Amino acid sequence: MTWRRWKDKASGGLFALLTAVAVLIVVLIGGGLWWKARPITRTHSIGQLLFSSTWNPFDGRFGFWGYIAGSLTVTGLAIVIALPVSVLAAVYLSEFAPVRLRKWLLPFIDLLSGIPPIIYGVWGVLTVVPVAGYTALSGGVVLAVMIFPLLISILLDVFRTVPEGLKDASLSLGANDWETVRKVLLAKSKSGILAATILAVSRALGETIAVLMVCGNVATPPHSLLDPVYPLPALIANNYGDMLSIPLYDSALMLAALVLFGIIFVFNAISRLVLHRLERRNY
Amino acid sequence: MPATYHTRKRRLEARVFRVLMLASVLVIAASLGAILWSIVSKGIRSLNWEMITQVPGGGFYIGKGGGILNAILGSLYISLGSVVLGLGISVPAVLYLNAYSRQKTWFAGLARLVFDVLFGIPSIVYGAFGFTVMVVLGLKTSLLAGIVTVTLMIVPILARAMDEVVRLAPPELSDATYSLGATRWETAQVLLRQSLPGILTAILLAFGRAIGDAATVLFTAGYTDSVPTSLNQPAATLPLAIFFQLSSPMAAVQNRAYAAAIILTVIVLAISLTGKFLQQWLSRHRI
Repeated sequence: MTWRRWKDKASGGLFALLTAVAVLIVVLIGGGLWWKARPITRTHSIGQLLFSSTWNPFDGRFGFWGYIAGSLTVTGLAIVIALPVSVLAAVYLSEFAPVRLRKWLLPFIDLLSGIPPIIYGVWGVLTVVPVAGYTALSGGVVLAVMIFPLLISILLDVFRTVPEGLKDASLSLGANDWETVRKVLLAKSKSGILAATILAVSRALGETIAVLMVCGNVATPPHSLLDPVYPLPALIANNYGDMLSIPLYDSALMLAALVLFGIIFVFNAISRLVLHRLERRNY
Repeated sequence: MPATYHTRKRRLEARVFRVLMLASVLVIAASLGAILWSIVSKGIRSLNWEMITQVPGGGFYIGKGGGILNAILGSLYISLGSVVLGLGISVPAVLYLNAYSRQKTWFAGLARLVFDVLFGIPSIVYGAFGFTVMVVLGLKTSLLAGIVTVTLMIVPILARAMDEVVRLAPPELSDATYSLGATRWETAQVLLRQSLPGILTAILLAFGRAIGDAATVLFTAGYTDSVPTSLNQPAATLPLAIFFQLSSPMAAVQNRAYAAAIILTVIVLAISLTGKFLQQWLSRHRI
């Protein structure tokens, strides 16, 4: 009896400790990045770092705007392409698709989400770059395809929270199936669609290797979609580890990582809270 | 009664969107098809037995003989190591959240939110963080550093996926164990048993993510032409093998990158399909 109680207590303590360790990873990463990024914030103002586009590490000039603009361009483009396609496909899968087709398509989309980023990058180099060149457009297209599965799986979860009764009521009042989708399903899912979009934005902002392979990596703010761009993650991936002899360079790159971490942290926290609330809503 | 203009417009709108929806599904299905087709058609000619059974020979990177066994084994070592290490943290955490703490404590809520957030943090951030820690500790790029960094990335993947299935275990199950006088530790074991299919799926999911990720291992695991024999040696990985060979100007080397891409894709798809199959097979007696 006491042995069993002891095991119960000991495992409880150990498990609580390990859970705390797992939770602390987030604090560790944030703190570690902040600690490494601090040196550069002492000598440069934040405004200058984020909004100047002069990038010349040898002179100690670190303006991230070219990279930030690159990230925003490819991410924005990816969302503009992927959101309508994903919403329409998710509506079809949840409301219209025959059961047999859905049974085939859902695992298919799962497979798409399991394909590693590097493979998307190779595909981009082989099929997208010959058409669109090493440009923001190529980056956006590759990213769009990468976020399809994420968007669809969250949207399907969101649509599932809309009660059948509401849709039946709409149909019984004479609305046709598309009107029911638009005025009931989509209207009731607004916050969920927004949350899914924010999650997709944060995935796109952080995507590294696939974008880096197709977007050209030139760090001037793009004037058109056919200009090459150089997103933040690509900057970190291409230079970190090699350039540590230049003063403040590593600190600048860590600031880039911290900015990514911060934005994505906030975006994820907000959209997950919204999605949790949706799951718990009842009528 | 003839359909009014208004009714016709409504019908037309419904029909147009029906077509658009089908087109969207088609676009998504076609993109998966295009990805697989472009890689297979480009790489199949360079794919041979030598690629998967030999390490790079002299002059491999100017197109001479050898293979990428170093990268295949390196990737497998890193993924296996990180999944084992990750399970050591995530299984206790999930059991703690579901069997030890009451469902609605603030700590359980916070832990779940943190896992959700960590799940979204890009792998390049994990990679940069891992490298910083290595610099502070004075470690060189190595198999161990790669494993630890990838572990950080997959703990939230494992924890979320397992929490989802363990939470679905019927509450009557733990009620029954408690009413028979079981301790929380014994109840946790029952929960674990009940959720086994989901846990295996979670493991395969995490393994697939670990083996395919480039940004975490870029600074931490290094790259080498030999198969690592200890945790202190650097290790090559498949995604980086593809990446480095693709940036070569020589066509013969680039073609090998495509062949390596086929190998990685086959491994990942096999893992994914095994997961689906296992889940069905293991839950065949479930009601």
